[in-house]
Amino acid sequence: MITEILKGMFTTFKHLLQPPVTIQYPEVKRPVRYRFKGRHELKRYDNGLEKCIGCALCAAACPADAIFVEAAENTDDERYSPGERYARVYEINMLRCIFCGFCEDACPTEAIVLEDNYELSFYDRASAIYTKEMLLVPVPPGGQPTPQKVEPGKYDRAIPEMEDPK
Amino acid sequence: MSDLVTVTIDGVEVTVPQGTLVVDAAKMIDNDIPVFCYHPKLKPVGMCRMCLVEIGVPMRDRATGEVLRNEDGSVRLNFGRGLQTACTVVVSDGMVVRTATQPVKDAREAVIEFLLTSHPLDCPICDKGGECPLQNLTMRYGRGESRFDFSNKILLDKHVPLGELIYLDRQRCIQCARCIRFQDEVVDDPVIDFHNRGRRLEIVTLSEPGFDSYWSGNTTDICPVGALTTADFRFGARPWELTSVASVCTHCPVGCNTTLDTRREAIAGGRSVIKRVMPRQNEWVNEIWICDKGRFVHHYADAPTRLKQPLVRKNGQLVEASWDEALDLVAGKLQQHKTAVAGLAGDRLSNEDLYLFQKLFREGLGSNNIDLANRRLAGGDVVAQVGLASGSNLKELGAGDAVLVVATDLHEEAPVWWLRVKQAAERGAVVVVANLRPTRLDKFATHRLHYAPGEALSTIRQLVNLAKVEMETADSDPLAAAADALIKAKNMVVFYGSEGLTYEETDALARLLANLLLVKNGEGHVGRPNNGLIPVWPHSNTQGAWDMGVHPAFAPGYKPVSEPGLRATDIYAGVADGSLKALFVIGADPVGDGLMADRGQLDFLVVQELFMTKTAELADVVLPAQSWAEREGTFTTGERRVQRYYMAIPPIGDSRPDWQILAQINERVGLGKPAFAASLVFNEIAKVVPQYKGMDYRSLARVEKQWPDVGGEDLYYGGTAHENRSGLGQQWACVAESATVERFDVAEQPVIARDGLQLVRVAALYTSGTLIEQSPVLHHRMARPTIQLAHADATALGLADDDRAEVTVNSVTYETAVRVNEQVPAGLVLLSGVPYIAGLTTAQIRKLETAVAQPTGD
Ligand code: SF4
Ligand code: SF4
Ligand code: SF4
Ligand code: SF4
Ligand code: FES
Repeated sequence: MITEILKGMFTTFKHLLQPPVTIQYPEVKRPVRYRFKGRHELKRYDNGLEKCIGCALCAAACPADAIFVEAAENTDDERYSPGERYARVYEINMLRCIFCGFCEDACPTEAIVLEDNYELSFYDRASAIYTKEMLLVPVPPGGQPTPQKVEPGKYDRAIPEMEDPK
Repeated sequence: MSDLVTVTIDGVEVTVPQGTLVVDAAKMIDNDIPVFCYHPKLKPVGMCRMCLVEIGVPMRDRATGEVLRNEDGSVRLNFGRGLQTACTVVVSDGMVVRTATQPVKDAREAVIEFLLTSHPLDCPICDKGGECPLQNLTMRYGRGESRFDFSNKILLDKHVPLGELIYLDRQRCIQCARCIRFQDEVVDDPVIDFHNRGRRLEIVTLSEPGFDSYWSGNTTDICPVGALTTADFRFGARPWELTSVASVCTHCPVGCNTTLDTRREAIAGGRSVIKRVMPRQNEWVNEIWICDKGRFVHHYADAPTRLKQPLVRKNGQLVEASWDEALDLVAGKLQQHKTAVAGLAGDRLSNEDLYLFQKLFREGLGSNNIDLANRRLAGGDVVAQVGLASGSNLKELGAGDAVLVVATDLHEEAPVWWLRVKQAAERGAVVVVANLRPTRLDKFATHRLHYAPGEALSTIRQLVNLAKVEMETADSDPLAAAADALIKAKNMVVFYGSEGLTYEETDALARLLANLLLVKNGEGHVGRPNNGLIPVWPHSNTQGAWDMGVHPAFAPGYKPVSEPGLRATDIYAGVADGSLKALFVIGADPVGDGLMADRGQLDFLVVQELFMTKTAELADVVLPAQSWAEREGTFTTGERRVQRYYMAIPPIGDSRPDWQILAQINERVGLGKPAFAASLVFNEIAKVVPQYKGMDYRSLARVEKQWPDVGGEDLYYGGTAHENRSGLGQQWACVAESATVERFDVAEQPVIARDGLQLVRVAALYTSGTLIEQSPVLHHRMARPTIQLAHADATALGLADDDRAEVTVNSVTYETAVRVNEQVPAGLVLLSGVPYIAGLTTAQIRKLETAVAQPTGD
């Protein structure tokens, strides 16, 4: 019987000496996996133009009907994205979203990407709706904020040449 | 020889009329042969080769003509050397068509591959994406990939405004010429055409302003790709996001069936708004077309200036009030002035509204002082007797039939009727136009009668008299020739309007024309389908206003009242001299239209409206009504077809439907519990108005299969016009269909001697008004005040083309442009782009000296 007790205590003491596994969230955050699907971000090109062209295919693909897009037309004086169309309104209701990533798959320009942020909490339903301003990533260094005034005819392709998806 | 032929398509036998195209025969048995350039409403051209199929015809012995047979007894077929286009080959007896063989599949693949060589493939941002024939057919028949070099695409312009209304994307165009052919063949506005050749072929507009046509929007429906888009809907929504609601156009008496495509909008605060107006197929009314006015003048429904709250005047100011307060006040004041009240209605209201409005006056207040605010055209009572018979379809008029068009410019006043009369002429119908001046219909008319100013009635009277006896010898007198042609016709339809005529004159005109229809040559031209009178009413539901008894002398159903009330003109006089104390104006703006100077000596003025009109500004109570898009109801077209429309968007503010407001006032004046649905009001109408007997909201919603079959899954066949799933409407029967109608007595009109230049106000489709002003997309196209006159008259006044002039008519002065037009008869001045002016008037015309803008060099 003594042996059993000693065995048990041995296990206890062994673990006492090991480093703790508890992560001190929120002071410490665990890195997420490569294919983790967290809060969406709307990406920009290096020059600051928005990748989103307001095609609403993400909204069409979304099984939870969480996305709402309203498009408008770009002009060379006020250009948000390459090509003719951009999203004037882009909203995702994070309470509806099931983080399936279908929107990512549907997007022809890789504009919407589910990123690492999983810290979503709200005091009311309205604040669960993320607007375009909240979803857009900051302008990369060297880029210009949108809308941009560009030389006419420079961005006539709706979906510009892009590198292959990795 | 029989008129029917039997062909076998993919093993299925089908019997179709001779002359049917293979593609249509296949369509009839739901075998959808893919097409791009073919359209059932256009002549086939065989340009795109998408419809290639194998076609075999029975072989015959050359000597005997005997059908040759194989050993097994089956007919020997000759499939020719290759594939043939199903859109150009006419069926013949015994023909065998194969649409699913390997060569056909290969051909389709190849055609699609070629079409995509320079296509931008920007489906994600293309307005057609989701309802695009090219997209759908590529998915269905195309190869998964192209063998062409991507970098070898020809990059034509993607952003080409063809005028302010239509945008062209030349990269997307697949050169099917549907748009060009529609403009040329169907509506005779050949203002767009091809330029260049081969892969550089592009559409250009030949007109100034660009794409100058009242029909341009239709090309965006039939374009099989997203090359043509409207300025209104461009990038507005993806097609699959839209909720479609059936409606009826409210802008002219044709009553085109439309669909309101709606969607929620964040920028409208989450409300549903109308994103676009599309035609809805009704082969009896508008087929699959609508004019641009019907397509673009919908913005008033969502205009920010709409009235949202009842307003009551307190201490001289209109302030917001509750509905109960406003309605109590209205009911109390109307009752208080029971002996001196009057009601003026607009003719864009629904039948339900108009019925309850007259009920308020007749039953609630015991007054017959009710009329249309803006009376232009009389003869509703005549139409009730000899109107276009029920079961008519203008599409059936052709060789051997006749159409008479009097005192109206159909192209400006009722565009789709113009189109249908034009097409009847092309099918061989005799078309007689009688007017003061040439109109766009003259080109297609067989007889053109241009009477001198003031001689409209005497000319028509002469025509009727001449039509009594059939003449054997062709007469050189144009009037006699026209009369002869008319009276010989199997079927005769007569349109009449009010151009250059006063209200009283139009009344006489309607009666004269009824007498013409009653002339018997064999059978009279009344009471049979495709015969009868069509009034070109000024608005969409003037017919309904007559039917509902919004008339001082007729109760609902044309029952004469014992003591006729005041007519609109008398009401305006009564307002000014104080004999009327209270006035209810609904859906009209008599002050803005120059019919009423101010509120005169009225004690109480109530206005029920969508907007703060000039009349509403003077009112004691303003009641905010809902537009047609927010509610349901029925309109009756000039062909007396009762049509139903549905609620498409939520109400603006605290507005209520007109019928509901009226029902609530009626309750307050003691007419019992208000109806709680428009359909119940309509049921009451069906009980009270004999002509509407047997109709209800369900019977109005009845549909039947129509040909051509459009709006289904195969958008490539008919375009994006919507299928009619919500009702074709019902035409009510005129008296002549069941009883004999006696000839009408028409008093001789005194001939007024007319000296000097006569001015006539002529209609223009886009004439400024309360509703159209709310659609900025049309602002560039609005008819500006313009006078047109002959060269000699212009010279006499010292005017030249492009001058500016000041024109004073009935003490109103307009600044107008001047157009010297040799088409205008001498002695006549045409004034357009201004509010309605009845009859012929004289005018003071003075040249305006404008500083000629010097080109400044930059
Ligand atoms: S992740 Fe899925 S549920 Fe969430 S917005 Fe995208 S498509 Fe919709
Ligand atoms: S995020 Fe992508 S799919 Fe969604 S609207 Fe923008 S471009 Fe289209
Ligand atoms: S614009 Fe459209 S309808 Fe016209 S030719 Fe091109 S594809 Fe055909
Ligand atoms: S023809 Fe008349 S009813 Fe038809 S769309 Fe045009 S304005 Fe409306
Ligand atoms: S060639 Fe037949 S549809 Fe174009």
